[in-house]
Amino acid sequence: MYSKRLDGRGFDELRKIEAKLGVVESAQGSAMFRIGDTIAIAAVRGPRDLYPKFMQNPKRGTLRCNYNMMSFSVDERIRPGPSRRSREISLVTENALMPAVNLSDFPNAVVDVFIEIIQADAGTRCAGICAASLALADAGIPMRDLVCAISVGKVGDKIVVDLNKLEEDYEGGSTDMPVAFLPRRNEISLLQLDGEMKKEDILKALELAKKSCEKILEVQRNVLMEKYKNE
Amino acid sequence: MGLLIKEKEFVIPGDVIAEGIDYLPAGGVFREKDEIIAEQIGIVNVDNRLIRLIPLTGIYRPRPGDVVIGQVVNIGFNGWSIDMGFSNLALLSVRDATSEFIERKSDLSRFFDFDDYIVSKISNVGKGNLIDLTMKGHGLDKLHNGRIIDVNPSKIPRIIGKQGSMINTLKSLSNCMMQVGQNGKVWISGENCEKLIEAIRLIERESHTHGLTEKIEKLLGEKQ
Amino acid sequence: MNNVSRDYMIKLLEKGKRIDGRRFEDLRKVEISYEISKHAEGAARVKFGSTEVIVGVKLEVGKPFPDNPNEGTIIVGAEMLPLSSPDFESGPPSVNSIELARVVDRAIRESHAIDLEKLCIKEGEEVWMVLIDIYTINDGGNLQDASALAALAALKQAKFPSYDGKKIDYSKKTGKLPIASLPVECSVVRIKDKLLSDPCLDEEKMMDARLTIGITENNDICAMQKAGKGIFRFEDISEMIEVSLKNSEKLRKLLK
Repeated sequence: MYSKRLDGRGFDELRKIEAKLGVVESAQGSAMFRIGDTIAIAAVRGPRDLYPKFMQNPKRGTLRCNYNMMSFSVDERIRPGPSRRSREISLVTENALMPAVNLSDFPNAVVDVFIEIIQADAGTRCAGICAASLALADAGIPMRDLVCAISVGKVGDKIVVDLNKLEEDYEGGSTDMPVAFLPRRNEISLLQLDGEMKKEDILKALELAKKSCEKILEVQRNVLMEKYKNE
Repeated sequence: MGLLIKEKEFVIPGDVIAEGIDYLPAGGVFREKDEIIAEQIGIVNVDNRLIRLIPLTGIYRPRPGDVVIGQVVNIGFNGWSIDMGFSNLALLSVRDATSEFIERKSDLSRFFDFDDYIVSKISNVGKGNLIDLTMKGHGLDKLHNGRIIDVNPSKIPRIIGKQGSMINTLKSLSNCMMQVGQNGKVWISGENCEKLIEAIRLIERESHTHGLTEKIEKLLGEKQ
Repeated sequence: MNNVSRDYMIKLLEKGKRIDGRRFEDLRKVEISYEISKHAEGAARVKFGSTEVIVGVKLEVGKPFPDNPNEGTIIVGAEMLPLSSPDFESGPPSVNSIELARVVDRAIRESHAIDLEKLCIKEGEEVWMVLIDIYTINDGGNLQDASALAALAALKQAKFPSYDGKKIDYSKKTGKLPIASLPVECSVVRIKDKLLSDPCLDEEKMMDARLTIGITENNDICAMQKAGKGIFRFEDISEMIEVSLKNSEKLRKLLK
């Protein structure tokens, strides 16, 4: 029975969120997104020339995402360089952001999104997606909607939102379900599951994810407003 | 139905600005089903039935007629490849560069060499964002002895000002030479141009505030 | 696209001015911040003007090298992240990032900044390995000096995790890493015949060559590296060392 969360939060309560723009000065757009002890930065470079040429799409621009964890972002050092895990996360991140961006004005070009995890306490791919969404908007890339991502799941017998590392490793059983929404379109662009969960629980968890994403959207809107409204 | 977000309001991508068929999307917004939605960060502008965004972020969109500043990065047989800081290189062909008769296979670098900076005009934007440039026109020339400041392209109109009022103020008060490219590149040349650079950054940050011209005059009027 | 024409920069230099208004010997504003990454044994972020790097130190237990059975090991790696510059590509470390890491390593190793014998746990079998990882966040010029300073700042506050002979417990920290010296690095570039300290990006792009000097508290020079495809004149060396000695004091003060 998981009666109280390990860090005392409510089952539908997110960890503290903090976001900032312009963290990479020379990039077209950049952002930091922090949730609890997970810190992600994202930077957008482009639209720019895409090499190798055979990858160019003459009809529209290409989105290319790269997710990476810094070696010291976790207790057990990660050897620098891409891993199978980081390459998979790069791909699902790209697939999470693609439905939101409109690159029809940039044929043959590429928009590169780089995500680095500086400190990890679970939910890194979701934090990366939230940071990337801000960075894309900051760069002026046309978007149908922002993208908000959060992990939901089941810890013990409870449906929870925003699992931390301790909850992911909980001995009484833990299922992790990262979800990304285009909040205004009510569209899901990222959905993964790692564990064991029944259909009713999944649907409940998705509802919880949707509500949480509305809170994340507010944070994103506020940080964009703070930078741009008074210009 | 109708306008959901008022004019002059700040919007972010995904914000629904209007519902129904009364309005048409004009720039920076798009229509999906019966909604008109913001595609960028900007300020809502309504002109009769047209809804457009005044963008606050800056990706340069090349348009024929734009005056742009770029650098020669390659020299071919028929022209030069120009880097304008845009996603594609632009092409300046020999026949658009000069009225002189150029023999085939002659050395083009005597006109424009690698790393030269030029101010030119976009004559055509073809499919796939293939950009053609021309040097034929008033004020289009090689640029000597200066530096480029990168500026958010959406702030360029403010740096130029109504009928050039702001750029003239900047040039005369700073005693520096200055050229502005629609692609977000500002060329500066001269001795003591640090204050001018500060002034340009100030315009970038405060383009919508009142009293900007007075602030600029004050900044440039100060002794170095 | 370069942002400064060569003739403009040289004209300014001939008048004794740099494009960002500094004097030839001046450093940019240098900032160090800590509390960057809590799982690192030590971590720091350093800014030189707009240049920004993050360095993290991790400590692991491993086997010593056979010819130094009672010494711990230091390994320095650098990633010039593609997010930090339009010129960096994804992929395995470029030769520039390898050079950056090795020059940072050289200063730390040759100055004996860490007493490697104090890292010995069980001679011939177990020693502490100090793993220093450099990540560039924004390239505004002179990533070299910023990385070296950040590595020192991270090392200075690094603490050992506890080790019971079988497993490392990262949640329990014991003592501080024994740092005996703070070898800061100072780089000077040569453009035409002018020598400029702490080059910004435009200056680095235009340079003939760069000299990086690693300097200890005693004003001993423990590392040097000439980078770039051009040359120095013989007479330049003395001046570059002098100005770097002065600047190294300023940088070291920031570490205290």
